[in-house]
Amino acid sequence: MTTAEKYVTAAYLVLLASVLVYVVIIGLKVTRLEQELADLTRTAREKLGG
Amino acid sequence: MLVGGIALALFWAPEDANQGFSQKIFYVHVPIALTAYASFGFGAWKALRLLWTGGTHYDLESYTAIHIGVIFGLLTLVTGSIWAKISWGYWWTWGERQLVLFLILFLFYSAYFMLRYSTEPGPRRERNSAVYALFGVVLIPVSFLAVRIAGTILHPTIFTHEGANLPGSMLFAFCVCLAGMLALAATLYRVELAGKRADQSLRELRELLA
Repeated sequence: MTTAEKYVTAAYLVLLASVLVYVVIIGLKVTRLEQELADLTRTAREKLGG
Repeated sequence: MLVGGIALALFWAPEDANQGFSQKIFYVHVPIALTAYASFGFGAWKALRLLWTGGTHYDLESYTAIHIGVIFGLLTLVTGSIWAKISWGYWWTWGERQLVLFLILFLFYSAYFMLRYSTEPGPRRERNSAVYALFGVVLIPVSFLAVRIAGTILHPTIFTHEGANLPGSMLFAFCVCLAGMLALAATLYRVELAGKRADQSLRELRELLA
């Protein structure tokens, strides 16, 4: 690979890596939200049942 | 669309006569920069809507757009530095006005988050954030036009009053990349906004059930 090709590859990889990191962060956030929703649902059921 | 645009840029569009293969960074760097401008502008528009109508949902929309803009702004600086290293031999130069003005724009909107989180949630925070976002939009055309005002040749001007200084194949690949980048930003915006709204709703639900 020439120097130019390495730098161009690096630039495109920066973009790809950023999108992947963003998707992972959003995925973790959705998992957390799902867990919170499950906890709140359980709490609501207990309050209504109790 | 973005993958298609990148494929066109790398395998179909011809190499630049002066810069050779390193010019291929143009097909990601410029669309990312334009997307950052568009995100900041969209965030400022939502801020204006909040101040005009008082609709509180615009606060979250403005915040999310500016967040996306800051991410794309950072990517602009990183990809631009990589391109600068190949083309000019150094990562950054303070003598180039468009670079410095874009950095100022990026830092201005990065400071938006410091302002926002220094205030308690409520109407005051929404109003302060909206006013700040609107002030920042003034920097967008200044940054965009800087290279034309400066008249230097270090940071090349591709799109002029006389049209694009690009052959048709390069222009087509660029347009596809730009459309793809804007679509990516729009998708990330919608996903992030949905997440923030869900977070907000869950917080309200938690307070009600407490």
